[in-house]
Amino acid sequence: MSEQQLFKVTIDNITIEVPAGTTILNAARQIGGDVTPPAMCYYSKLEGSGGKCRTCLVEVSKGSEKDPRPMPKLIASCRTTVMDGMEVKNITSEKVVDARAGVVEFLLLNHPLDCPICDQAGECHLQDLSYDHGKEGTRYEFERRTFKKHDLGPYIQLHMTRCILCYRCVYTADQLSKERSHGVLDRGDHAQIATFIEKSLDNEFIGNVIDVCPVGALTDKTFRFKNRVWFLKPMDAHRDCPTCSGKVTLWNRGDEVYRVTARKDKWGEVEDWICNTCRFETKNTSDWVIEGPREIDRHSVIAQGHYQGSVGMHKPTETFAAVNAGRAPHLLMDIHSVSEVNKDSSL
Amino acid sequence: MSVKLLLAKAHIEGIRGFEVYRREGGYQSVEKALKQMNPESIVEEVKKSGLRGRGGAGFPAGMKWSFIAKPEGVPRHLVCNADESEPGTFKDRYLMEFLPHLLIEGLIVSSFALGSNDTYIYIRGEYAWIVDILEDAINEAKANGFLGKNILGTGFDCEIHVQRGAGAYICGEETALIESLEGKRGNPRIKPPFPAIQGVWQRPTVVNNVETLAAVVPIINMGGEEYAKIGVGKSTGTKLISACGNINKPGVYEIDMTISVEDFIYSDEYCGGIANGKKLKACIPGGSSVPILPANLLLKTAKGETRYMNYESLSDGGFASGSMMGSGGFIVLDEDQCIVRNTLSLARFYRHESCGQCSPCREGTGWMEKILHNIEYGKGKISDIDLLWDIQRKIEGNTICPLGDAAAWPVAAAIRHFRDEFEWHVNNPLEAQEKNYGLAHYADPIHVPVTA
Amino acid sequence: MVKFSEAQLAEVKRLVARYPEGKQKSALLPVLHLAQDSFGGWLSSETMDYVAELLQITPIEVYEVATFYSMYNTKPVGKYMFEVCQTGPCMLRGSDDIIAYIEKTLGIKPGETTADGLFTLKTVECLGACGYAPMMQLGKHYREHLTKEKVDAIIDECRKTAGVLN
Repeated sequence: MSEQQLFKVTIDNITIEVPAGTTILNAARQIGGDVTPPAMCYYSKLEGSGGKCRTCLVEVSKGSEKDPRPMPKLIASCRTTVMDGMEVKNITSEKVVDARAGVVEFLLLNHPLDCPICDQAGECHLQDLSYDHGKEGTRYEFERRTFKKHDLGPYIQLHMTRCILCYRCVYTADQLSKERSHGVLDRGDHAQIATFIEKSLDNEFIGNVIDVCPVGALTDKTFRFKNRVWFLKPMDAHRDCPTCSGKVTLWNRGDEVYRVTARKDKWGEVEDWICNTCRFETKNTSDWVIEGPREIDRHSVIAQGHYQGSVGMHKPTETFAAVNAGRAPHLLMDIHSVSEVNKDSSL
Repeated sequence: MSVKLLLAKAHIEGIRGFEVYRREGGYQSVEKALKQMNPESIVEEVKKSGLRGRGGAGFPAGMKWSFIAKPEGVPRHLVCNADESEPGTFKDRYLMEFLPHLLIEGLIVSSFALGSNDTYIYIRGEYAWIVDILEDAINEAKANGFLGKNILGTGFDCEIHVQRGAGAYICGEETALIESLEGKRGNPRIKPPFPAIQGVWQRPTVVNNVETLAAVVPIINMGGEEYAKIGVGKSTGTKLISACGNINKPGVYEIDMTISVEDFIYSDEYCGGIANGKKLKACIPGGSSVPILPANLLLKTAKGETRYMNYESLSDGGFASGSMMGSGGFIVLDEDQCIVRNTLSLARFYRHESCGQCSPCREGTGWMEKILHNIEYGKGKISDIDLLWDIQRKIEGNTICPLGDAAAWPVAAAIRHFRDEFEWHVNNPLEAQEKNYGLAHYADPIHVPVTA
Repeated sequence: MVKFSEAQLAEVKRLVARYPEGKQKSALLPVLHLAQDSFGGWLSSETMDYVAELLQITPIEVYEVATFYSMYNTKPVGKYMFEVCQTGPCMLRGSDDIIAYIEKTLGIKPGETTADGLFTLKTVECLGACGYAPMMQLGKHYREHLTKEKVDAIIDECRKTAGVLN
């Protein structure tokens, strides 16, 4: 086999080399940080996914070394492969920042914002997306869309109003189960995830649709309203499962297992698909071999539980100066002078 | 009288049948192409002709043909796009209804050029009776040796199949059409790969509009160079225009693209003027997606020059002061028409037809419709106009397929040229329920700044 | 029991034969049209499951398609469906008045069916008859240049045909 061809691509002024055929998004993920466009529908483990949500739009300011013309429109970075010498602007492009704020607004337009009662809160990609790329407030003054409720059976709770139509659950059912029984029905702004005839989803791997759902549209019915995720301690655990890898994350409070999910990588994608038995039916700590705390991104609200390293309160040992490249904390205002305002001026 | 290449014989009694069509010189291009030419030389003739896609985008047809991949052992397909659904457009219907054999003839030649042994006509589901007309024509052509196995003894095999859609504007977009042809929802595909590489059933595919494929017949008969002499500039040949709205003579007209817009509207040969003695207020010259123009900018460009019915002249001035040839759906609005109401109607159309796959189009089209509804029914705010502008701006260019643009442009153009009518609606909510804004200044001559 | 006749099954076979081997799903749209015409003008879940079985695809693939396209009715409709175009060019020529007139005459709103099950009114988007506006689709054909008088005549014609058939 010949050596794989490498393409040089520059994203937000950072240049890396990636194998030909890599998408812009995956190249950006190799760089990491803010350079990486957000992705609400693309899922590297689901063939055919991506291109729909439009949050990962980027500007290609130079097509390639051979054809340096810029691309006329913003393009979906998840479905466009890099060319040699390509230059891409993500957060360095005003157009991208503006368009992305627009997409966030569109996605939130009919979203119920029922985060206080949504089980996905705390691990919701739409929350993260809005926080990172959206604008505060809404300009939408109309009633939000509602749907007829559908029951998907004892394991999976569907809240269609929260759905952003990423199609990930459809690809999951197509690619993990023998016969898909849910899909996207109707069209346009009334398109919905449903089964048409009331039918419970009961394939052995169908529970994975919960993990791929970026929002709270598909949640775990066995965990419904049981606890907020940030009060739980995620622990990696495994068991000898005849159906799947048995590698999971347990979400515990004390010794009680509240929830079982697949393990997710730093892009929020499942590492190994797990079966329904592991997910829904194996909730005794004694069923599992605990490996240790699951590493959670420090930006996540779940990390605020300070479970990592030791169970319970974990006090940081570094000083502010140590994590801030030697700079001392910058005081925004002197509290002593501010307190002057409380003095009675007539005195 | 301008040259007629497609409709010249549309009124001959019995032309819908094979016998009369053949007697009038039909199927000569098939004989010429299959016996005297090879696929490459046909593509070359179409390139020379300068024929541009007649569906709306205006992409050079010969060039599109030359992109088709030819991997060894993989069948290729030609698909005729007869999903005519752009509001204001009904020209393909006319052609198929009255001259079905002209389309079949064009399809045979084009199939030979592209190497398609199974060619499909994807027709919108509502044109149910035209399916019968086309299938009759196909059977007649087959019975006379122009379709089927070993056509005219040349060894070329070709079957044409008519596939009915089922009510979805989006299926006029070529990748949505391909999905629909495969028996799926009409969700446009994310490109690349383009159909020329991976189209229907992952095979190389060319999708062309009905009128484009019919135009191949005169191109082969007269030669690409002769065809290119008709028309002007890059607008070669003839174009079918379906004229509708408030005119005296709505219908389908064939023009050679040298006629002015004013002549087209007012001459008796074409639209015959505005109906009921009214005045012209505005026009959407190329199907509902293209920018609407007020009367003054329609008849004259911003530079004060006469505007003509061709690709270049209609788009003169870009979106700031021009429009587009589009599909040739020519919609005329008289002085009694309300631009807000018209824009609302089109916004509703695009919301209804959005496939719902990508977020800007799915959410944005409905939002625009709701705001326009408020303005039309006296509940609008001045800030709504700017909001509309911002929404359309955030849809345009950010969607998977051109439906997003098609939904954004009519709103943008209406605000660009008729902003004061929108403001009048907002400021006079009660009056606006009783009467319309009228002609106002929209037909006044435009001041052309003198440049040295 | 939903079942095609021998002749209809032969038509399904003809349709499927138009596509490459294994691509029988491509026949879904035409077969759904055939099913809708054959089984009461709408597609019940039973009908759709039958079509899925015929084409060897999953039922959800049929539901997805049937709910996407506006011509498929997934709920029962009247014997005669008035599909009146309301898009821009038709609106310019008075389609709103025609719709209002039909509403008044039949006593139904768009989306509703008359109590006798004869008429359903449906507003639709552009049908490609803009030059012959206002218009509606009735069954396989278009009724164009509509006026109130023409609407009356069409309603009479439908009532008569229905009477003869009964």
